[in-house]
Amino acid sequence: MFAYHLRLGLKSLRRNPVLTALMIGAIGLGIGVCMTTLNVYKLISGNPIAHRNDVLFAVQLDSWDIQRAWNQDDPESLPLELTYRDAQQAVLQSDIPDRRVIMRKAAFVLASNDEKSEVKPEIVIGRLTLGDFFAMFDVPFEYGGAWDKEADSTSEPVVVLSKKSNDTLFGGENSVGRSVRLDDIEYKVVGVMADWQPVPLFYDLNNGSINEIEQVFAPFSRGELLEKSSAGNTNCWKPEEINSLTEFLNSECVWIQAWVELATPAKEQEYKTFLDAYVAEQKKLGRFARPLKTKLSNPDGWLVINEVVQNDNRVLLGISFMFLAVCLLNTVGLLLAKFSGAAAVISLRRALGASRMEIFRQHLMEVSIVGIVGGVLGLGLGYLGLLGARQLDEGYERLAQMEWTVGLMALGIALVSGVLAGLYPTWRITRLQPAPYLKTQ
Amino acid sequence: MLEMQHISKVYRTELIETHALRDFSLRVDEGEFVAVTGPSGSGKTTFLNIAGLLENFDTGTYKLDGQSVNELSDNDRSRIRNQKIGFIFQSFNLIPDLDLFDNVDVPLRYRGFSATERRRRITQSLELVGLASRMKHIPAQLSGGQQQRVAIARALAGEPRFLLADEPTGNLDSLMARQVLDLLEEINRGGTTIVMVTHDAELARRAHRNVQVMDGKVTDLHTYEPRAHAESAERASA
Repeated sequence: MFAYHLRLGLKSLRRNPVLTALMIGAIGLGIGVCMTTLNVYKLISGNPIAHRNDVLFAVQLDSWDIQRAWNQDDPESLPLELTYRDAQQAVLQSDIPDRRVIMRKAAFVLASNDEKSEVKPEIVIGRLTLGDFFAMFDVPFEYGGAWDKEADSTSEPVVVLSKKSNDTLFGGENSVGRSVRLDDIEYKVVGVMADWQPVPLFYDLNNGSINEIEQVFAPFSRGELLEKSSAGNTNCWKPEEINSLTEFLNSECVWIQAWVELATPAKEQEYKTFLDAYVAEQKKLGRFARPLKTKLSNPDGWLVINEVVQNDNRVLLGISFMFLAVCLLNTVGLLLAKFSGAAAVISLRRALGASRMEIFRQHLMEVSIVGIVGGVLGLGLGYLGLLGARQLDEGYERLAQMEWTVGLMALGIALVSGVLAGLYPTWRITRLQPAPYLKTQ
Repeated sequence: MLEMQHISKVYRTELIETHALRDFSLRVDEGEFVAVTGPSGSGKTTFLNIAGLLENFDTGTYKLDGQSVNELSDNDRSRIRNQKIGFIFQSFNLIPDLDLFDNVDVPLRYRGFSATERRRRITQSLELVGLASRMKHIPAQLSGGQQQRVAIARALAGEPRFLLADEPTGNLDSLMARQVLDLLEEINRGGTTIVMVTHDAELARRAHRNVQVMDGKVTDLHTYEPRAHAESAERASA
């Protein structure tokens, strides 16, 4: 009977193409809107480093103003970044973490080191970081790899290129061992990343959670050596006179991102104790006026603290599902009208021996077809929605990607929606008393 | 075959109650061809709907093939309609966008026959009504008389023991009406019990027995053509 019901369903839908198009359109529109927001929501709310959740921790210390918390709406909040001093002393100089990274953004003029090259120099955003960055965050390499610890300590002019930079400068060839120029200084290429774009950009959420990854990565200490200013957010609370890089490095401004890798809970506890002791020590020196507060957050927690998924996103998702509900209600109305129009034929089938269940199955097949076709239309509309979203902002280009899981989910939701929308009209039609319609057909 | 005792049926709205059948009793024996006549609103169609298990009644008893239908579930009623009863309606009630083959196929689908068996029965019944060559036509391509013959083929395809016809010639001209009546008589001669509702006394005379219904009650019985089976049919009471 499946094939029979399928044939009847298709025939019935062809019988009234306008009504069918309206129903499919209503479900498709609802699904399309839902899928667009769900897709963006899923990408925003995903944790691209979830598999390292139990060993990676962002470091926070409450070095903020005694008069007010970091976030005035949340007295328990801590600054999202560290001061340069704290990054050096509490993170870099501790032996407890298995790996550690302190880092910041900086702008460079990136140029080819080949005089014959036709590639024009361009200003790019780079990241000054430690060699551990790549292993900690599972960065995939196309060629070569990270620089070693010696390069960190000696401020060696080495660089890891993003795939995009390598494609631009070297046409995607293996450039390891060759060199590029950053701010007119020659840097040796030690590694080229494979295609890597975590969304959200978990390791530096304070500077744009949907930003593109940096184009060049160089040792953190190069920043001091070259007196590179920050290209990321800097937050200060203390009125301080800052006239030089040294004064800035010794200020209470927070601008350094810090992460540690702690392989065991025991190590996590040990490092937390170390941080508390460090803050207590700093208090004696007149810093850290607020109550002692330190925090280690795994990537999941870090995404929450940074409010990557904002309430607006949740509200938007809720609204889009409400919109789907409105579309479904419209579909219910249309199905009621359609099935009422078919009362005579349904009555006839009942008279000829169809049970209520047979009628129910037949019409459920019909609404399932509407749901599935609506889902496919919704996928198309959702894709158009994502294309539209990409035009809104450069960052949305990476965000607005079609996820196959969301696509499958959309089809599932569409099928369930179609069936849900059809349940009441279908149930109602099975309750028809056939006799009155047989006489009047 | 069919035995109704003291059946009553009332249609209620917020304002009025309409007594469609009152203390209605009738017995139809196997192989009979019974015509039920009466003016409009007399309860003929209500009787037919109840007889065909399309409608419930309020009081009384109804036995079909010796089985009381009072306690039957909706599923059981559907099954009995499908297996034992064939319907012929005044307005043919063919499904307009299905061809003749698929129209006749409808009751067979619910019977669960194999495709081969269904094809055999459809072909056979369309041959019986002389329309086998047009099985891929849709109803709109046929005359009224031909459409009614398709409806008869559909009713017969399941080989029912009991045929209920509601004004089967009501929408046909006299020539076509006669042809349809001839066909019904032929079917009856094959052993199928037929109950036909009609307001046409002339047509009713071609049945073995004529039951007159007035105000929801059987008011008169007349046997036109005594036959062996008619002996038992005379026991109907008003």
